[in-house]
Amino acid sequence: MTTTTTRPSATNPTTPLGRSSDYLDNRTGIGHAVKEFARKVFPDHWSFLLGEIALYSFVVLLITGTFLTMFFVPSMSLSTYEGQPATMHGLLMSDAFASTLRLSFEVRGGLLMRQIHHWAALVFMASIVTHMMRIFFTGAFRRPREFNWLIGFTLLLTGLLAGFTGYSLPDDVLSGNGLAIANGVVKSIPVIGSYMSYFIFGGDFPGEQIIPRLFTLHILLIPAIILALVALHLMFVVVHKHTQYPGGGRKDGNVVGFPLFPVYTAKAGGFFFVVFAVLSLMGATMAINTVWNYGPFDPSPISAGAQPDWYMLFLEGSLRLMPGQAEFVSWGDFTWSFNVLVPAVLPVLLLMGFALYPFLEAKVTGDDREHHVLDRPRNRPTRTGIGMAFLAFFVILAFAGSNDLIATHFHLSINGITWTFRVLIFLGPWFAFWITKRICLGLQRKDRELVLHGHETGRIVRFASGEYIEVHRPLDEQERWLRVNYRAHQPLELPAPTGPKGSKDKSYKKTKRWATLSRFFYEDRIEPVTPAELAASHSHGEHDALPGGEDHALVAPDHSVDATEQSR
Amino acid sequence: MKALAARRHHRFAPVVLLLLALLVTGGVYAVLAPSQARADTASTQDIETGKKLFQANCATCHGLNAQGTANAPSLIGVGAAAVDFQVSTGRMPMAMDGPQAQVKPRQMTEEQTSQLAAYIASIGTGPAIPTDEQVDGSKGNPATGAEIFRTNCAMCHNATGQGGALSEGKYAPSLERTSARNIYQAMLTGPQSMPVFNDANITPEEKRDVIAYLEAQRDGSAGGATLGSLGPVAEGIWAWVVGLGLLIGAAVWIGAKSS
Amino acid sequence: MSSKTTDVTVPHPEGDLERFQDPGIPEHRPRMADTDPKADKRAERQVVILFTISVIGTLVALWAYFAVRPDGTTAGVRTSTMVLGIAIFFALAGIGVGAIHWAKTLMSDHEVVEDRHATRSPDDVREIAVQKLADGIKESGVGRRSVLKGVVVSALALFPLTIAVPLISSVGGDWNVGTFRTTLWKKGTRLTYDPTGRPIKASDVTIGSAVHVIPEVTEEFRQTGEWISEKAKALVLMVRLDPRDFKPFAKGRENWTYDGIIAFSKICTHVGCPVALYEQQTHHLLCPCHQSTFDVADGAKVVFGPAKRPLPQLPITVDSEGYLVAQDGFDEPIGPSYWERLR
Repeated sequence: MTTTTTRPSATNPTTPLGRSSDYLDNRTGIGHAVKEFARKVFPDHWSFLLGEIALYSFVVLLITGTFLTMFFVPSMSLSTYEGQPATMHGLLMSDAFASTLRLSFEVRGGLLMRQIHHWAALVFMASIVTHMMRIFFTGAFRRPREFNWLIGFTLLLTGLLAGFTGYSLPDDVLSGNGLAIANGVVKSIPVIGSYMSYFIFGGDFPGEQIIPRLFTLHILLIPAIILALVALHLMFVVVHKHTQYPGGGRKDGNVVGFPLFPVYTAKAGGFFFVVFAVLSLMGATMAINTVWNYGPFDPSPISAGAQPDWYMLFLEGSLRLMPGQAEFVSWGDFTWSFNVLVPAVLPVLLLMGFALYPFLEAKVTGDDREHHVLDRPRNRPTRTGIGMAFLAFFVILAFAGSNDLIATHFHLSINGITWTFRVLIFLGPWFAFWITKRICLGLQRKDRELVLHGHETGRIVRFASGEYIEVHRPLDEQERWLRVNYRAHQPLELPAPTGPKGSKDKSYKKTKRWATLSRFFYEDRIEPVTPAELAASHSHGEHDALPGGEDHALVAPDHSVDATEQSR
Repeated sequence: MKALAARRHHRFAPVVLLLLALLVTGGVYAVLAPSQARADTASTQDIETGKKLFQANCATCHGLNAQGTANAPSLIGVGAAAVDFQVSTGRMPMAMDGPQAQVKPRQMTEEQTSQLAAYIASIGTGPAIPTDEQVDGSKGNPATGAEIFRTNCAMCHNATGQGGALSEGKYAPSLERTSARNIYQAMLTGPQSMPVFNDANITPEEKRDVIAYLEAQRDGSAGGATLGSLGPVAEGIWAWVVGLGLLIGAAVWIGAKSS
Repeated sequence: MSSKTTDVTVPHPEGDLERFQDPGIPEHRPRMADTDPKADKRAERQVVILFTISVIGTLVALWAYFAVRPDGTTAGVRTSTMVLGIAIFFALAGIGVGAIHWAKTLMSDHEVVEDRHATRSPDDVREIAVQKLADGIKESGVGRRSVLKGVVVSALALFPLTIAVPLISSVGGDWNVGTFRTTLWKKGTRLTYDPTGRPIKASDVTIGSAVHVIPEVTEEFRQTGEWISEKAKALVLMVRLDPRDFKPFAKGRENWTYDGIIAFSKICTHVGCPVALYEQQTHHLLCPCHQSTFDVADGAKVVFGPAKRPLPQLPITVDSEGYLVAQDGFDEPIGPSYWERLR
């Protein structure tokens, strides 16, 4: 009898499992895939799970969303509602709103599914942003992953659309006013704005078409696009293999980690259940989007504190900050509504610019090698600073979008808050850049100090000569490697001008501009410690001159003493 | 001991004792005697006392005859309802300059408040204090109340009455703890920035419906913790703090080396 | 002191400087379950307990679904949602935490190394691929048949129009954007209370009132979806001021008010929210969406915020019975600006 527990016979199966695998492989050739992928190695770090939070919350959205589609009626036909809650009983409302109420109050588990769905949407967007920032700050967008970065960025935008179309479906006063604002923004587009508004709503606002149209977008077209992009996104992760943080044994040419089966099947599979569990807990205990308090959509009422879901707040904030003077009527009696266009378009343009960052960085470093080992953010001060500046910009806009809530809670004047943010939106990102860059450079210097001088042990030793020193424990190999294993990019060297026009030549000017930008990026830099510097720091009492170095204060005489060494 | 006691018998001791006894009896009576029902019509005595209270506490800003000064508007014709609202919420007498009068611990007792109200009612016709039946939420229709509230009130006070911002530091306060009578009176009299919703605009029945709606909000939310009923901004903050917080915590645990 | 920092900033050309060497993968540190059989058993027991919690959670959830029904009250719905949801939490978390704990404590945690290959295809593969493409192109003959190439490209570029044009055109309905200019307000239309529809007597509007106004329509029309779209253009906010508080009216608008009662379109000229907050003492109208502020005493001029244009004014008067009526419709399109608004 063949033993099957450790090594099943692949050519002559006898067990049920073996025979079914044989059946399957004969018809699909799945053996290739199993050989290739079953023990595929993935590196282990918590920050690699952020993308998984996004993926799993999307799966939760699909599952709970399917439940909701069984009960939601995407129609704006009016009828008188009879049922719970008492504050809605007897009101004329659309079928969309009425079906949302019935789903919440009459279908058992309906409100739970609705709340899990909405919390999952908020967490989905939050995890996309966090994941994207991790990719950015660790440089995981470098070759060969530029396409994946762009796919991910497109997923961010489609996620925004999915959320916007989704929360507008119940046809309540809050989301309806959001649609009114969207209509106003669309109308402000020059030449075609009014036609685009008519197109979207099938007529005047709100018309009777918009909810069914949003429904089709929300459950069919947008999820299809997201699923296709996610599939591409994951395929690239498989093809490129996952990146890894710097450390002992980790190179651009290998992956160090744990095999897919069984470790990652358990960890990642388990994480799906954890994500679903947390979202269920939130849906069970925290009320969200209580549409019966907002009321069925009517263009007349509106609530104080009218904001969209958090991921749209940056657009809301920019609309609130823009002063009104920017609209004017031109020759021909045409109205240019820049007071609406600028705040709606500018943040999106900036986002697009952010999406192109990988290509900019490749040009200013002149680095087009494949990279599979990540950067520590502190080792790329300018990049990290730019990322923080963008974050600051969008966070300030999100706060500006909540200005009336800030006013109520902190007893401030809403006009004062608006003016403060008008100033901060310009100063804030610049300040965030500057301070982040200085912090990164400072951390790099600290790392150098640590490598050169070791950990402070707090032990004071007094020599016979009367001198006191603090004993430093030198770094072990792994600790040191982490802090020296990076490359401090240098600014691009500007070659001498060739060609007939010399330095006036157009392509030379272009090269010069890139070189100037490169200097902005890499002029301030901290080089990693070399063995020679470490040796110099260990010498007792002498300054060793290093080639090309300054002659003072390079490395102070170091008194690191081995734990076993006693006084001299 | 005996010597001390002997020296304590003063000539006037019986008189003092009698006075003490009278005081004690009177005090006990005042505490234990049943309180009088609020008279529907104010007595002349109330109006007189009210006038004295007014001149002591309000006249500096509102003028000796409530005709108004540069600092404060005239109170002639504002009605008893306005006085009851402003004084029972502690807004008046106003203690501090600011964008608007703040709610603070009330300075006048209920009796004093009704005396002030009686005085102001006597110097001009204005809205009267509503009866208990007029403000009884259980008799109101919360669905109609919700509709009226959404159209007229939610834009300042928020959809469930949590309060909201006005310009230049003014605000519409939260209605979570406002009494039914004061909800009615505020609508009727339009204090400070709040517009006046007279009985032609929102009828007395509709006002009672609004009270029914606001009282229904105090049962909490069908979905769980209300998170302040502040809408998507609060929900977004909680999604990041609780949702992402717990999940990133789980991720850190997954990635950590096990002992 | 030199202006340079004390850091080494002098570039060292790559390759010509000795750098630290990779110390290799860190030594494996055994876990308790790897060395101690009791710890191993304990970890296994913990995993079993976690998965059992999940099973219990599922059972409780099923029981809750049937036993804890929403009873039509707020508290009832809240209880049923919470019990069901928390049971589901345990059902899911048991599996998740159990699987992760199993992987962390019991599954092998020896790090494995796998080689990466360059992403790019090897040169020989590329050559064959290029050759195959070239062969295919040669066989198709498209290289020398330029007219053919041109027509193929044109056909492929044009055919999507057959779907796109009908789709876009039909979705836009009758494309009659002229409807943006007209509202239900005409000469003689009565002003009524929103949402009840009762007509408004001028004498009922006292100083300090803010009245939300809709035009008078039949009760039947108010039950239709079309009414909502018309209402979205016809909303009006009406207030009464002391006539002495008004700044001088614009030319032609001197008799658009009635005894201090003035009416404006309620649709914000910024992006279209209802401008519903009326501050009685400052006579400012505040829009809650983006804080555009309009001064009622000064023709609803913008005093703060992202709006540019004042709110359109509805000219009003009273009819023979004392009810407020419109003298005419608005003299400009209401709501947010658009390109051809003034043409």
